[in-house]
Amino acid sequence: MLAYIVRRTAYGFVVVLGVLLLLFALFFLYAEPIEMARRAVGEKAPPEVLEQWVVNHGYDKPTWWNSESPGDTMLVDHFRSMLTFDFGRSDADDSPILERIRAGMGPSLSLTLPIFTVGVLLGVGLSLFVAYFRETYIDRMGVVLCVLGMSLSILLYIIGGQFLIGKMLRWFPISGFDASPAVMLRFLALPVLVGLAEGLGGSIRFYRTVFIEETGRDYVRTARAKGCGDGRIMARHVLHNAMIPILTRVVVSIPFLFTGSLLLESFFGIPGLGSMMVDAIHGNDFATLRAMVYIGALLFIAAQILTDIAYTLVDPRVRLA
Amino acid sequence: MSLVEPHVLSNIVVAVLLGGAVAAFAIARRSDLWSQAGRELIGRRPIAIGAIALFVSVAMLDSVAWVGGGGAAGNVLEQSRPRSVVDRMFAPDFKEKSYSAPLADIEFYGGADLSHPGSHLLGTDILGRDVLHLTLKGARVALLIGGLTSLIVIPLALLMGISAGYFGGRIDDIVFFVVSTLASIPTLLLLIALIMVLGHGPVQVCVAMGVTGWVGFCRIVRGETFKLRELDYVQAARALGVSEIGIILRHILPNLMHLVVITFVLLFSGLVLSEAILAYLGIGIDGSWGQMIDQARDELARDPIIWWNLVAASTALFALILSVNFVGDAVRDILDPKTLGEGE
Repeated sequence: MLAYIVRRTAYGFVVVLGVLLLLFALFFLYAEPIEMARRAVGEKAPPEVLEQWVVNHGYDKPTWWNSESPGDTMLVDHFRSMLTFDFGRSDADDSPILERIRAGMGPSLSLTLPIFTVGVLLGVGLSLFVAYFRETYIDRMGVVLCVLGMSLSILLYIIGGQFLIGKMLRWFPISGFDASPAVMLRFLALPVLVGLAEGLGGSIRFYRTVFIEETGRDYVRTARAKGCGDGRIMARHVLHNAMIPILTRVVVSIPFLFTGSLLLESFFGIPGLGSMMVDAIHGNDFATLRAMVYIGALLFIAAQILTDIAYTLVDPRVRLA
Repeated sequence: MSLVEPHVLSNIVVAVLLGGAVAAFAIARRSDLWSQAGRELIGRRPIAIGAIALFVSVAMLDSVAWVGGGGAAGNVLEQSRPRSVVDRMFAPDFKEKSYSAPLADIEFYGGADLSHPGSHLLGTDILGRDVLHLTLKGARVALLIGGLTSLIVIPLALLMGISAGYFGGRIDDIVFFVVSTLASIPTLLLLIALIMVLGHGPVQVCVAMGVTGWVGFCRIVRGETFKLRELDYVQAARALGVSEIGIILRHILPNLMHLVVITFVLLFSGLVLSEAILAYLGIGIDGSWGQMIDQARDELARDPIIWWNLVAASTALFALILSVNFVGDAVRDILDPKTLGEGE
């Protein structure tokens, strides 16, 4: 087991290096520094302003190899800054990136954590309900509703929610954020509702398929033959055995707790990592983009390793050598 | 411009696509499996298929364009611009100065007389453009997003997936590493990073979506190929001395075609919905429904509200995605009930 964890983590680290190499290729080789400067400062900026931008942001070093001091290249700098989490300063406004990521984590989590937990519980619960009534009109209605829900763009969920609940019914404020808990709850209610509604269709459909597949198995027939009630079969036997696909879906979505939801945060004015990303896009802030992509990937890789280890805990049949 | 004018290129693409569709239809008719699947699909989802056919025809009509016969008299710039069949269904000067409600006689703000009173079925947008016209043109963009991206995703995934699954060993290790590297970056983040680096524009957006999209399908192809190469008839072909390329083309690839069809349909709606998100972030494709929705959302805050352009674009988007989703479910049920899981 320990050997497996070590090997899995080592491979995870290799993948992290792969991600870093990809980022290097994209941001340093494909997009040349002078081109980035032109996008950040403006098309018509005079050459000396562009040169100055390149020097100020440390993009003027040799790319691969520096004969005078071998460690002083962009490649080495890139890997060093990423691996030590020393992301430096933003290309747009010179603010320290790491500080901003730390500050944005709280608001992001306060939005995504409720969506995540309530979403999983609601998704699993409702899909158990739908799967219990499989082959009846309740099930068919449920599937049609899910497909309808999945076919709407997230933009429409947000616009619709803001318009109906925020503007017409005036239940909650349309957008904004406040650090004090009581006020924050009022501000978070609407984005959380919208986030839940948007994700529900897809997750119910996914879990329903998983449950329906499980209900066709032999152990379900055995349990029924022994006189076990339908409700108990669903809640105990089927739910337990469906844990692996559920776990995969749940753990893999953990990184999004930290990176936040770009659209929800930016529409509802929540100062988290998602709106930081949106600002970075609008401000051509390549340094922040790099850091965010890297952190997102890091969390995702960690989550995958955790999933693989968790498999052995929920399913004793999975043996990892 | 480069060698070929954009509208000429677009006409050529339409011709190639039509030719390809006829060829695919002819091949499918010869095979029992495919013609039966096609009949069953039409029987199960007649309305959704009809809706998709309608969208495709509008997009095709909007892709066939030629110069001349349009533009206000004396306006040389307008007259030299190529106009598509869809453009030609509307008068060349079918414009107002600003917003007007559906079928209104006067402008929305100010109440000045319109130049075409009562004839804008879905009203006009902030620049006075006819919303019905814009909505119809959005069909072409949506199909371009789905179609062009699939043209990148499917060949790439097939090439990588088959070589990894068939040859195994070192090749498999490399492909698997590339796939897990790309898959470990959250899709939207990678998409944004790619577009920021590649630059904005329809081709760049489709390339970026292609790079992020091929990974999932590659995994499926790899797994299937892995199973197929162990089957008896493949072993038999090898024993008879058929070359590796021959085995792949004759025995592996045809047995992956149902996965290609399913993936194409399921991929499509996801791609068009992602473009709507990109449109909000300001890095989408010009003229898409996502962009129309994004431009219209601020108008809801005003009083009286301007709803027609938002409703037109979102209804068109919803109708297309819904039909594709329904057809996608049916295609998967008919062609392959087991291999592909739902969801991710």
